[in-house]
Amino acid sequence: MPLNFRTYHDLTEPDRSGLAEQIGAQRRRVAERLAVVARVVAVMSGKGGVGKSFVTAHLARALARMGGAVGVLDADLNGPTVPQLLRVPVASCTLHDGVVEPAVSPEGVRCFSMGLLIEDGRPLAFRGPAAESFVWRGALEATALRELLADVAWGPLDVLLVDLPPGMQRFTELAELLPEPPPVVAITIPTPESEDAVRRALHAARDRGAPCLGVIENMAGGPFVGDAGDTLAREFAIPLLARLPFHPSAHEWDRIAHRVGGSA
Amino acid sequence: MKFLCVECDRQMAFEERQLPGDGTLAAAFRCPQCGRVVAMLTNPMETQLVASLGVKIGGATVSPQPLETIRAAVATGKDDAFVEDGKRETGDAPAWSAEAQERLARVPGFVRGMVKRIYADYARDHGVAEITPAVMDTARSELGLEGM
Ligand SMILES: Nc1ncnc2c1ncn2[C@@H]1O[C@H](COP(=O)(O)OP(=O)(O)O)[C@@H](O)[C@H]1O
Ligand SMILES: [Mg+2]
Repeated sequence: MPLNFRTYHDLTEPDRSGLAEQIGAQRRRVAERLAVVARVVAVMSGKGGVGKSFVTAHLARALARMGGAVGVLDADLNGPTVPQLLRVPVASCTLHDGVVEPAVSPEGVRCFSMGLLIEDGRPLAFRGPAAESFVWRGALEATALRELLADVAWGPLDVLLVDLPPGMQRFTELAELLPEPPPVVAITIPTPESEDAVRRALHAARDRGAPCLGVIENMAGGPFVGDAGDTLAREFAIPLLARLPFHPSAHEWDRIAHRVGGSA
Repeated sequence: MKFLCVECDRQMAFEERQLPGDGTLAAAFRCPQCGRVVAMLTNPMETQLVASLGVKIGGATVSPQPLETIRAAVATGKDDAFVEDGKRETGDAPAWSAEAQERLARVPGFVRGMVKRIYADYARDHGVAEITPAVMDTARSELGLEGM
């Protein structure tokens, strides 16, 4: 005779652990922190080395020069480059009243990054059982992303740019943590390989219900052959925000800042 | 997760938590009807998975510290990554015994400030005047601070 007993959802008595409530409280903390952030924009590509961080940082600086209140969350936990690109001074992070103050770039961009916390030249490594670390590492990274959203004193911002790592995992985590999936800006280089990777990323973002503000083709006019920017813009019916050459001028950044900031 | 006393058809209630210090966790649950107690024993990987989600079995008992999970979990953090803002409540700060201070000194600088604060808050909440290693052990189990 099989035992006949109630299962998980049948049990509704309050229990002291309240794991679901704990998760709910975590989400509320994120929502409360971001209530004064006009919008969160994810910078993604699906591919590494195409200039996501480079574009994020320069775009943030240009938006700040235009007078905007701008933040950058470096969501590339394992390969943080934003503090360097924003030229934030090296200093300890100040804690007070349950928050940590972001670092501030010379232009006033507020930024937070694992790069501010981990020892120079060391990888992001976690304490924990070495065997089967794949089981918990992903959960820990998603939690780290949540804490960077919820516990940094971002303050009122016109825009918080989130610099994503390659791949789409972090985007999915971000979309789950925010009340709404964030609008995305996709970065590609001209080549067909990049086009292919960014196409997948754009589909993933769209499947999640995230609006796409446009695509930026980076490293154009150099050694890379292709027209990924145009192709993707046409295919997804989104604007080609810019074709950026190597070492773009301040003027070029200002122009993109107007297009991205202006569509707020 | 939930525990059901199948005989009584009653949901069991969290009773207490123990952290033996070897990365494992033990949590006891009691049937409110027949009083039977079962213990859930998790291996280090399972314990870490729960901790990685930033949740505590038995409930969250300390107010969330900023970047709490990052600070508890990152092994390659800079010792001077954080400074506490000077203008903080001092007042009735509990004392630390020499042994407790020694133990605190062994905590990596990256987390030390947070660990110190959590124990001090615990001592204040429980009217403990001096923090000793025994107080630290009890607090660790009661608060579910595996790895701190
Ligand atoms: N338009 C550009 N002009 C000059 N250097 C660039 C340009 N775009 C990217 N880079 C450089 O290329 C490298 C890779 O860019 P990065 O932003 O780190 O890529 P991703 O974040 O996509 O992995 C960096 O050294 C960056 O400074
Ligand atoms: Mg990058």
